[in-house]
Order: sequence, then C-alpha cells, then structure tokens
Amino acid sequence: MSITSNITRAEICAVAIADAFRDSGEILASPIGLLPSIGVRLAKICFEKELLMTDGIASFVDFSEEDTPASEQEKVIEGWIPYRAIFDLVLSGKRHVMMGATQIDRYGNQNISLIGEYKQPKSQLLGVRGAPSNTICHKTSYWVPQHTRKSFVDQVDMVCGIGHDRSAQLSPANTRFHHLHRVVTNLAVLDFDTPDKRMRLCSIHPGVSIEEVIENTGFELSIPNNVNKSRSPSLKELQILREVVDPNTLREREVAS
Amino acid sequence: MDKRMTEREVVNTFQDGMTIGIGGWGSRRKPMSMVREILRSDLKDLTIVSYGGPDIGLLCAAGKVKKLIYGFVSLDSIPLEGHFRKARQTGQIEAVELDESMLYWGLYAASLRLPFLPTRAGLGSDVMTYSPWLKTVKSPYEDAEELLAMPAIQLDVALIHMNRADQKGNGQFLGADPYFDDLFCGAAERSYMSCEKIIPTEALLDEGSIHTLKISRMLIDGVIEAKNGAHFTDCEPDYARDEVFQRLYSATAKDPQAWRDFKQRFLDVATEADYQEAIQCL
Repeated sequence: MSITSNITRAEICAVAIADAFRDSGEILASPIGLLPSIGVRLAKICFEKELLMTDGIASFVDFSEEDTPASEQEKVIEGWIPYRAIFDLVLSGKRHVMMGATQIDRYGNQNISLIGEYKQPKSQLLGVRGAPSNTICHKTSYWVPQHTRKSFVDQVDMVCGIGHDRSAQLSPANTRFHHLHRVVTNLAVLDFDTPDKRMRLCSIHPGVSIEEVIENTGFELSIPNNVNKSRSPSLKELQILREVVDPNTLREREVAS
Repeated sequence: MDKRMTEREVVNTFQDGMTIGIGGWGSRRKPMSMVREILRSDLKDLTIVSYGGPDIGLLCAAGKVKKLIYGFVSLDSIPLEGHFRKARQTGQIEAVELDESMLYWGLYAASLRLPFLPTRAGLGSDVMTYSPWLKTVKSPYEDAEELLAMPAIQLDVALIHMNRADQKGNGQFLGADPYFDDLFCGAAERSYMSCEKIIPTEALLDEGSIHTLKISRMLIDGVIEAKNGAHFTDCEPDYARDEVFQRLYSATAKDPQAWRDFKQRFLDVATEADYQEAIQCL
C-alpha cells in the first residue's frame, strides 16, 4: 500500500494551514494552537524557509539545517522576541497570525472573549487578547477544528477580531492593513474573495460534501460553481509531517478522520 | 540607602478603592507573596490592572475586586482562570477588557506622563463598544487618520516580582521576558518590588548581563525579599510553575467546599512564612 493511500483528515488540514502561509516571505508566522503550529512548521520546512517562528516564550527559532531537520531538537535560537517586541511587531505588520475562533460570522468577525452578554457573560473565556490589534494591523487567518453551527454563527457575541463589515465602517487609512486571508476548518477551506467580502467556500476536504459544510454553517455561505477538493500533501510533505513535525500523531487527536 | 520592607508593611500603606497594577504575565513571575498579603488584609473595592493570571483569580475569589482592567486572564497551562470566570459570570465585578497592546500603550502613556498614545489597535472591535469612554483622535498631519487615543492608565501602586534586587531597589530579571514590569512601575505613584534574593549591588552582574537590569531604583519605593514569592506561578530560571499546586487551585473554582479547604489551609494563615510552610506539607 502506498504511503499516500491512507492520508487522514488531520493531514489534509495540516497542509491546508501550511498553504495559508505560502508566499509570506520573511515575516513572523504566529500559529495559535496545535494544528496551526504543525501546519506552519510544515510550510517552513517544505516551501517557506524564510518564515520566522518563535518558541512560544521569547525566542525566534530557526532550524539548523537548510533541509530536512531530523528532529525538533535541531532548532536554534536566532533572536529575542519578548511580548513587548511582539506587540511592536504587530503594529509594524511583519506578521501573519492564525488564531482560533470560538465564534466566527459571515464577514469574518471573530470572538474568543465570552459567550452571552458583556456585563455578565454566560461563559467568560479568554478575553479579547490580541485579536483587535492583530486584525487591524496584519494578515490574519483562522483555524476552527470543529466546524459547526455553534462556531459558524449569524452574529458573534463579542467582536474581538474585526470582520469586513466592521472594517467598512472605518476609514481606508485605518483598514489598509486589514487582511483576512483564510479560514481553515476540519471540513473545508474558506476565504472572503467575494464582491461584498462575505465568506466563501474555497475547497472541501476529501470525504466532505458541500451539503455537510452548509449544514454546519449558521449563515449563508457564498458557494462558487466549482468547489475544489482540498489538496493532498505531496509525498515529501507527508514524510516531513509524519516523521519530523508530528511523529507522535498529536494531529489526529485534534481532528478525527 | 535601604528600601527593604515586609509584605505586611507594604500592604499597610494601601487603602480601599486603590488602583493596583500587577506585573508578570498570566501565570508567570507574579508578585504572589504581596497578592497573598492583600488577601490577608481588610482591603476592598480595588481596581486591578494586569496581564492576568491567578493574581486576578485569587483577588476575585477573596472579594477584593471592584473593577478589572485586563487584556486576558489565563493560567497558561490551564487556559481559563476559573475564579475569574466565576466573578464575571456572577456579575460581581466591573470589567474593562482591552486588547493586549492597548494595555501596553495605556501603561506606556502613563509612564511617559502623556494623556494618551495613538494606535489602530481596538478600532472597529467591541472593545470600543463596551468601553465607550475610549475616544479617537485625528492626526494633525496630512494623512488626517483618525486613531484610537489610548488613555494613560494611571496606577496608585505597582507590584512586581524580580529574580534579584539590591536593597536600593535595582531589580534584575533572569528569565527570558521582562514582561511590562518597568511600565507598571512607571505608571504608578508608588512601586513595590519583591525578589527571590536581595544581593549586594556589586553582585548584580554575577548571574546576568547588564541587559537584565531592567528595573532602576528610581522607580522603586520598597524592596521585599520573598524566596519562592512568585509561587505557584513560575520564576524562571529560579523555579518552574508549580503545576500540581496550580491544578489544585484551579479545581477549587468549581467546588465551594474545596475552595473553603484551600483557603483555610493556604490563605487564612498569619504570614507569608506560614504559607511557604503550608505548601511544603503537600
């Protein structure tokens, strides 16, 4: 049996995330969470070598070899990036973040703060964190591991990351760096490449139907006439993913096949 | 010059209703021995400003907080802070939720004695909806861009924890990140710094380069020697977070009896020394 015959949903997601960071150039990639971290490492090793990454503490880390690193241990520190420098970097724009979204709506408004009313929430979550500054300052993508009507909602309870209807109310000067790139989920890849910048179905993962995506989305999606299948990883990508980036298959715990 | 004090002496200078900024980040290098001293005091109606962790959770659970100004509250290895959530979900506190970089800007503006600093961060988000006192300002230059005018966040008191300090108030961080501790001090009328160890000024470069001397004595009003004072948050490289204790603490948010037991065992003790002894018996 060939190695590519048993590609899992999680592996499709990993490569879709990696593709979201294609052609980024020499900027900081900030993946929040497990699958985004796996996808960004995959991108960096396979086709986006110039990307900068951090160790999640205060260092920039690179790989010691230009090509395939044998293990994570071969990471080398190449710079200092404490939180204050991260915030300065956000305002400077040399960053692409992939955040999570407890809720997201058709214009890409994202909520990670709370469910319910601000004054006395039904469920207090993290707070807005850096979502407002990230979205207005630099390229932003989202990763939603469970694409359901609970996460893809008509209206988010608190706008943390700003969507296109919110940015349309601001001046062009304010929003010249606002760039919602992609939303990757366990079912599909979505973007905002429509005339009114509503969310559009870009590609569906193998084994997923358009109906399944529609059924699990709490608003009307823009569906083009031709919806592609999300691509499978190449042989090299699959090897890197399985042997180098995630040999303990943590990816399978986040996204079931 | 000798600015050494005890936690008790520091907290005795505080009053009800004060605005207190707390350094560190999440569950990292928090001045917990001073937080615990506040828990032991009669203080109430405090406004707390923090990149929040268990400092906020504990102060909320003890009923000390009237208002919170924060960008997030998290225990890091446990993403959500149970006691903070409870305080919010029962409507017990007034919340000012800011973008993390807005909080940075507010402290920076205060430390520079400026009324505000302009930024794009926050524009278009519900941070502005729920804090309608936030205003915008138009660039006076050709671009004429309308920006958010992040107001200075003035603090009555700042509390920070460092790895090393001298008795004059020069402070040193030996971990990877200074966080925003110097800005908290700069934004405050009075600042108190606890540290793992007070050492002679001549010894300040023994363990770290000149770049680690982030806190100048001109910012500091009192120095408190507090070995293990950041417990159960981390204080790298002196010690890692006490994850076992943090899990124990976190679990008390969902169980009133567990909270009463925890409080009696670890918080309703006479002094910080008693706390340090109590955690040895775990």
